[in-house]
Amino acid sequence: MSSHTNSTTTSGHAKRPRGKLRDSHINLSHGSGGKAMRDLIEDVFVSAFDNPLLAALEDQAVFSLADLARHGDRLAFTTDTFVVDPLFFPGGDIGTLAVAGTVNDLAMSGAVPLFLSCGMVLEEGLSADVLRQVVASMKRTAQQAGVSIVTGDTKVVERGAADKLFINTAGVGVVPKGISISAQNARPGDAVIVNGHLGDHGTAILIARNELGVECQVPSDCQPLGTLVAAMLAACPEIHCLRDATRGGLATVLNEFAESSNVGIRIHESMLPIREEVKGACEILGLDPLYLANEGKLVAIVPGASAARVVAAMRQHPAGEHAAIIGEVTATPPGSVVLHTAFGGQRIVDMLVGEQLPRIC
Amino acid sequence: MKYVDEFRNPEQAQALSRQIRELAARIGRTRTRPLQIMEVCGGHTHSIFRYGITQFLPEEVEFVHGPGCPVCVLPMGRVDDCVALAEQPHVIFTTFGDAMRVPGSKKSLLKAKADGADVRMVYSPLDALKLAKDNPAREVIFFGLGFETTMPSTAMTVLQAKAEGINNFSLFCNHITIIPTLRAILDSPELSLDGFLGPGHVSMVIGTRPYEFIARDFRKPIVISGFEPLDVLHSVWMVLKQIDEGRAEVENQYGRIVPRDGNPEALNAVQEVFEVREFFEWRGLGSIDHSGVRVREAYAQFDAERKFHVPNLKIADPKSCQCGDVLKGLIKPQQCKVFRKECSPETPLGALMVSTEGACAAYYNYARIDISNLETHPEKTATGKTA
Amino acid sequence: MCLGIPGKIVEIVDPEAKLATVDVGGVKRTINVAFIVNKDHPVASCLGDWVLVHVGFAMVRIDEEEAAATLALLREMGEYQSEVDNMKHSAI
Repeated sequence: MSSHTNSTTTSGHAKRPRGKLRDSHINLSHGSGGKAMRDLIEDVFVSAFDNPLLAALEDQAVFSLADLARHGDRLAFTTDTFVVDPLFFPGGDIGTLAVAGTVNDLAMSGAVPLFLSCGMVLEEGLSADVLRQVVASMKRTAQQAGVSIVTGDTKVVERGAADKLFINTAGVGVVPKGISISAQNARPGDAVIVNGHLGDHGTAILIARNELGVECQVPSDCQPLGTLVAAMLAACPEIHCLRDATRGGLATVLNEFAESSNVGIRIHESMLPIREEVKGACEILGLDPLYLANEGKLVAIVPGASAARVVAAMRQHPAGEHAAIIGEVTATPPGSVVLHTAFGGQRIVDMLVGEQLPRIC
Repeated sequence: MKYVDEFRNPEQAQALSRQIRELAARIGRTRTRPLQIMEVCGGHTHSIFRYGITQFLPEEVEFVHGPGCPVCVLPMGRVDDCVALAEQPHVIFTTFGDAMRVPGSKKSLLKAKADGADVRMVYSPLDALKLAKDNPAREVIFFGLGFETTMPSTAMTVLQAKAEGINNFSLFCNHITIIPTLRAILDSPELSLDGFLGPGHVSMVIGTRPYEFIARDFRKPIVISGFEPLDVLHSVWMVLKQIDEGRAEVENQYGRIVPRDGNPEALNAVQEVFEVREFFEWRGLGSIDHSGVRVREAYAQFDAERKFHVPNLKIADPKSCQCGDVLKGLIKPQQCKVFRKECSPETPLGALMVSTEGACAAYYNYARIDISNLETHPEKTATGKTA
Repeated sequence: MCLGIPGKIVEIVDPEAKLATVDVGGVKRTINVAFIVNKDHPVASCLGDWVLVHVGFAMVRIDEEEAAATLALLREMGEYQSEVDNMKHSAI
């Protein structure tokens, strides 16, 4: 008879075979709610994200509060939208970012990241292969992070109404009992720690955009950090502050901490882990690596006495191989970040105004 | 990085700092009557702030930040001309990154881009020429900005365009020259400078001879300086040594890069393509004779000013703007009445706040809190927010 | 305009068009070498040169002797200064 394997449901009805997306490009019918859309969702999303909650294709994912409560006593909830250009860059793509970015926002509260939603806006004419590649990246990153993508939404807009592909992910996680992390918790005497090389993602994107004709082998550092944070909390449950240094770079996060906690933060240029090529790119283009985006780097502020223990735990984890203490929290000047240059001078590291542009002066 | 890291050695910085202090003490100035050294070039201003060089100097030696920042001295009227060119539908307007944020009377190039003009950032004028070759149906205009450092590169690009018969490429020329500006500063009766740090990369093109009038006619020492922090400190020491020994000479600290006679190939390219303008307007300084260049008649087809219509209006700075006084070194950024109030990096009134090595922006971003003793700036409140 | 950075020419890309690849701390970019070539130093001989890079052009070849001389001078000043310090701190 049919070449498909037809399984039978519990009520005895034959199950329809899974839909298949046969078109090479997305068109408006894929967003109209009919069969074309169902085929797209089943073939591209459900088969990739592969979990019972999603496969049920209800309008929502429902899970047990009791199950959640096994992880802790508070829910963490976040959302982020990803509109990166170009879609693909060395070290990742918009899919990797969409999962890692939201997982990391959850992880920065100390939460165990658990479930993600995925809302997509597709531009008419988007290549189906591009979409499959992006979804494959999302699947891989979700597996790496130990999260499931359990619900989603897809819209298709006319050519020109979106730039190829926009993704929104929201995420829930559970914060273990007793963990209390906040930008307001920094205290004089605390140590400032990062988990590795700074400025990789910003450099990779700048080079991938190719306006500046510069070639360089630095891939984006895009990665989920949930398990790294868990390892850090195991070494020191009293971590004071955690934030990932995305847009605006290390400098922005440090300023946010300094202002929220009303403390000074002092960092040492010679202790900052920065790749040679990132330094080279910054010198040629007149950029400051402190402001370049990262997508797999966090800044932690921990009690001074625990710093060495936390760094040791981080270095055992693949995402923390090059973890380092980069500075300390001081009482003055409150609300400001001061850099001690390798040359021996000091200067303020202020918040970024607008976007950092390459200079020739 | 070779030829970079060695000139950032912190031990030698300490040694130089001590020797500078000794020299300054011998010369005998005080905090109220300090030795004033003008660093002409915006790149030096940037180095001074990036490395905290003033922390290595005694209080009786002061930097006066000069007008050598081509982005800072770009008049608003010229920015309006850029925007007008960029907003023409068939034009691709190419520019260096730092020029994109300078506000015109209505908008900056960055805002024009957001509003739909095809404005593209390039690293090199050669990239603009390539865009012209790749887009034969469009007109590509390159915004040529900068002192003599950058002029040869623009000139060579025009020569290449001519050799290859490219007819959809032109240059909006805003190149300016350093010597008339230095003369204007030295002629200014309000200034009392004791010496100069000369622009290292301009000199790589023009050599060291053009500065001889400073030593000969005005009896001021000038040291052509590199840009690494040790270069800057070394040059300050050399200026002080001249003062201490009663000399006024042109000295070259940046010998590894600056040849005495400059670069003949670069100078030839500039001579071939450009000629001096009778006068050119500098924001904050007014009109300075012979301080700008324009494209020669022989290369008219590559001159955007001849090819296109530009408004060419003179737009005055806001009345409250004191950029001119800061550019001439008469007041420091923090002495400007609108510094940190109406004028800040988010809402710049004048060009010195827009460009990242304008003295005001550098001061605002890097040094607005006195951190030498880690004392809090008096205007900050207890919650750490600025008043 | 002043942002110039030292780099090493690691490849000749097109001798006719005077294009080469420069390496700055591991980052590469195509640059034009018209300003550093002449009849004594043709394009091919630029391979291995250390140059100052500015807006896509090699502006000058770095004078290695001058660089060494400047560094030696700075080192000497450093040593002289530490001798002076030692003398100041030594008890007589």
